[in-house]
Amino acid sequence: MKPIKYLAAGGASAALFGLALAAGGAQAADPIKIPLHNWNSQLVGAEIVGRILEEGGHEVEYVPADSGAVYEAMCEGDIDLVHEVWQGAFGVAFEKQVSKGCVVDAATHDAKTREEWWYPAYVEEMCPGLPDWQALNACAAKFSTAETKPKGRFLGGPAEWLKKDDERVAGLEMNFQVVNAGSADALWAELAIASEKQQPIVLFNWTPNFIEAVYDGKFVEFPEYFEGCREDASKGINPNTTHDCGNPKDGYLKIGVWEGFPEKNPEAYAIIQKINFNNLDIAVMAKLVDVDKMEVEDAAAKWMDDNESKWRAWVEGSSS
Amino acid sequence: MTARPLPALEEHRPETGLERYRWPLLFLGLIAVYLLFRHAWPAWATIPPEAWTERLPLPYFVFGEGFLPSLTFPGSNIADWFNAIVTFLREHEIFGLFVFKDFTRWLGGLTVYPLDFAEALVISGFPHRSIKIPFEIPAVPWVAAVGLAAILGYYAAGWRIALLAGGSLAYFALFNLWKPAMTTLSLVLVAAPIAAGIGLGLGILALKYRWLEKALWPILNLMQALPHFGYLIPVVVFVGLAHRSGAIATILFAVPVMAKVTMVALRSVPQEVMEAGVMAGCTPRQMLWSVRIPAARHTLMVGINQVIMLCLAMQVISSFIGARGLGIDLLFRLQNLQLGRALEIGIAIVLMAITLDRLSQALAEKEPEHRPEGPFWVVHPYLTAAGVVFLVGGLLAAFLPEAARLPRAMTISVGRSIDPVIKDVVAALYDPLSFIRDTLPAYVLVPLRDFFKAIPWTVFMALLALAGWRLGGWRMAAVVTLYVVFIVLSSWWTEFMVTTFLVFSAVVICVLFGFPLAVWASRRDSTTRAIAFLCDTFQTFPSFIYLIPCVMLFQVGTVSQLLAIVLYSAIPVVRYTVLGLRGVPQHIIEGAITSGCTPAQILWKVRMPIAVPEIMLGLNQTIMFGLFMVMIAGFIGGNNDLAREIFKAKAQNDAGLALLLALNVAFLGLATDRLIQAWAAERKKQLGLD
Repeated sequence: MKPIKYLAAGGASAALFGLALAAGGAQAADPIKIPLHNWNSQLVGAEIVGRILEEGGHEVEYVPADSGAVYEAMCEGDIDLVHEVWQGAFGVAFEKQVSKGCVVDAATHDAKTREEWWYPAYVEEMCPGLPDWQALNACAAKFSTAETKPKGRFLGGPAEWLKKDDERVAGLEMNFQVVNAGSADALWAELAIASEKQQPIVLFNWTPNFIEAVYDGKFVEFPEYFEGCREDASKGINPNTTHDCGNPKDGYLKIGVWEGFPEKNPEAYAIIQKINFNNLDIAVMAKLVDVDKMEVEDAAAKWMDDNESKWRAWVEGSSS
Repeated sequence: MTARPLPALEEHRPETGLERYRWPLLFLGLIAVYLLFRHAWPAWATIPPEAWTERLPLPYFVFGEGFLPSLTFPGSNIADWFNAIVTFLREHEIFGLFVFKDFTRWLGGLTVYPLDFAEALVISGFPHRSIKIPFEIPAVPWVAAVGLAAILGYYAAGWRIALLAGGSLAYFALFNLWKPAMTTLSLVLVAAPIAAGIGLGLGILALKYRWLEKALWPILNLMQALPHFGYLIPVVVFVGLAHRSGAIATILFAVPVMAKVTMVALRSVPQEVMEAGVMAGCTPRQMLWSVRIPAARHTLMVGINQVIMLCLAMQVISSFIGARGLGIDLLFRLQNLQLGRALEIGIAIVLMAITLDRLSQALAEKEPEHRPEGPFWVVHPYLTAAGVVFLVGGLLAAFLPEAARLPRAMTISVGRSIDPVIKDVVAALYDPLSFIRDTLPAYVLVPLRDFFKAIPWTVFMALLALAGWRLGGWRMAAVVTLYVVFIVLSSWWTEFMVTTFLVFSAVVICVLFGFPLAVWASRRDSTTRAIAFLCDTFQTFPSFIYLIPCVMLFQVGTVSQLLAIVLYSAIPVVRYTVLGLRGVPQHIIEGAITSGCTPAQILWKVRMPIAVPEIMLGLNQTIMFGLFMVMIAGFIGGNNDLAREIFKAKAQNDAGLALLLALNVAFLGLATDRLIQAWAAERKKQLGLD
């Protein structure tokens, strides 16, 4: 037939083959891959971490990633670093990979995290005695809905966050039923309308988080967390059950990196090890987007303008 | 016109009373048996016992010292068994040569080049990531892109499409969506041709090898019925978490349709055309490329259209595994409850879908034109215009940065001003809707859910098997039973039944509201067109946007989940009912008019019975959409269903468990699909409408 057709086909396949060969060689110059999750402080923080690394002369690439699946991806080297590892939500997944050896615990932020049952301020009037958990339990009926009647309804985080709320309700013999929202969006959507309508609500929340900038509210105070509370039934205020305590109040916020990263890019790793956000930093990052309605890039730029000396030290300290 | 053959005589044999009620009696008898003995119903026959599901004698291949694997039956559950396969493919060297995972990662890595190239072309300019060239070329400036799209539209089908194509791009630029929209476009421009190519290739191979076609159909059916998250996790394992993985998942999602359409299209080329080809002395290769494929062009284009639509439908989902573009932006806005902005992004996705759909259709239907003679600009007026636009755009961009990339200060967004309006509307509706919020769960949904959870697997299986027997003989009964056996052995029975409950209730609501709406709309041309437009729009509109208003109005729970499912799955039942009612042959209607039927009689006694098979296919699609949407409704949460378990598996990257749960949903879909298709086919035959 037409020789030109075959020529074109031959050329195309040769080009493809060449590209495939080039793929092997391109590895060394790979950009640093930073995941983007779907909450604001993380997005702004990722942008800041990226810009700091760029200041240090490194190329970065942002990858949208599910916050749960990201640890497995980091283990495979698909993602180079996660700069917001929450103890409560991701501690289990993170520590599993660290003990496997494919993820390195690179640094710990000054920020302390807390995840707990939470209510907007107006609920205090409906249920006197809050934030004590027994007071909450006493007015459980006020939180009941058609699907949970006669029990009170606690709106939990997504089931995959594995918060063990069902176990806590059983452990403290509370008159509540846990309804797991399917996503953080669902949590905030319900909080938005409930506070607009001043409806009683108690839901899962965490700090630092943009919610504290938008809504006034408090965490429920459960019996203090202690070592063994979740494993040993005999310990704690209920001698027959496990999980008869609240969550730890000062959980860590860490930076994790892929095991191969320090060797592949030691200079960038040195910078990452110095990066350190405190509670105020995280809260400001979230607030710039949520309250001041800035775009993520603008918020990152603003934080960097306001904290120049802070992050400059991270970059320069490592290059010297 | 050929005379329609009369129905065979035996079908008209009058049935005796008992024969006529044989099947209803069998069904009722089965239920009666259960109700009579329900207290004596053994526990193992109600919920599958763990002893069965956890220790299935599934075969394991163990690779030891020798070259060949040895076979063992240690006993495990299906999810672990799947995971064993996944681990094997991940870690073991096949015949000591290569690891399967490395191969798939290498293959997936190849898509990086076209993806980077397309991105460089439309947004970032060269060099870009893997596309390394020693000099710089800027990306196409947005003003030039708008002009080029308009010229392409005009070339394809005149000024309407030109306006649509140019207007869509201008919308992306003006609403500050240029970068994400172009990223999405570049992903679709890479994924759609690859998916169409693979589908076409599979279809051609299936034409050549009958056995391949037989093997392919069930696999393609399964791929279409499988919920996305079932294969997203394997994609993360075998390709990684990255932009390219989003492209791969999109391709996987779009291939089955193209393969199916190709098979049907190539097989249904008229015999006369084929004979003409043979007489002209075509070689087998020429028969394929010069006869069959051109003759099947129009049907093949339907496939390509579907591929484009599916690629855009995957936009949001694929962002869970790393795809950049409009999808991730949409999820981020929803998280912040910026519904107005999310709406703008949703409109962008719809605009892109409609533009690509109309453009590809128009280009396919375009007949070759006679070229006038003369200088270049007369022979190629469109190319010349494109060149001019490109040059002018490039020059403009060189001197005026606003023409290259619209600065954010010059873009608009009305989203912020819509948000308070949405909030007010929701707040105003909140109290009046408390009736539904309070009574529906208490008196209908919770009891119904409990009822579904209480249905023993033995009864469920027997009912489906009986339906299969009635509609397709023992073979269909056997197939349906096998589906249920798999589900029973999966050890997620209660969660499965909750999902079944959600889909069932949603489908009932879809029919209750969608059917009357369709009947009303089918009466006039104008309403028919309006409904068709609404159906098109809602089908491409990202369904994630509904979730937030649903939660605001009805809280996290069954009511919001159902509302979200219904909003999406009602589309086919409306569309097909309208299609069926409007598609009744004109001579039948005229016959009815001359017999003196009233309009109501024509609707209920003539149109409706003839449209029933079509309506049933719509119902079938509604169930399929429902099964898809029940997974998305998992983002609302509130029920302990399969969606929730799949999300858990996703968070732990448990590929085997995700696949198992997805197969549960897929088999429910495939079983109902087969039953309804068989029923509709039988009805059509009875009506002589084949």
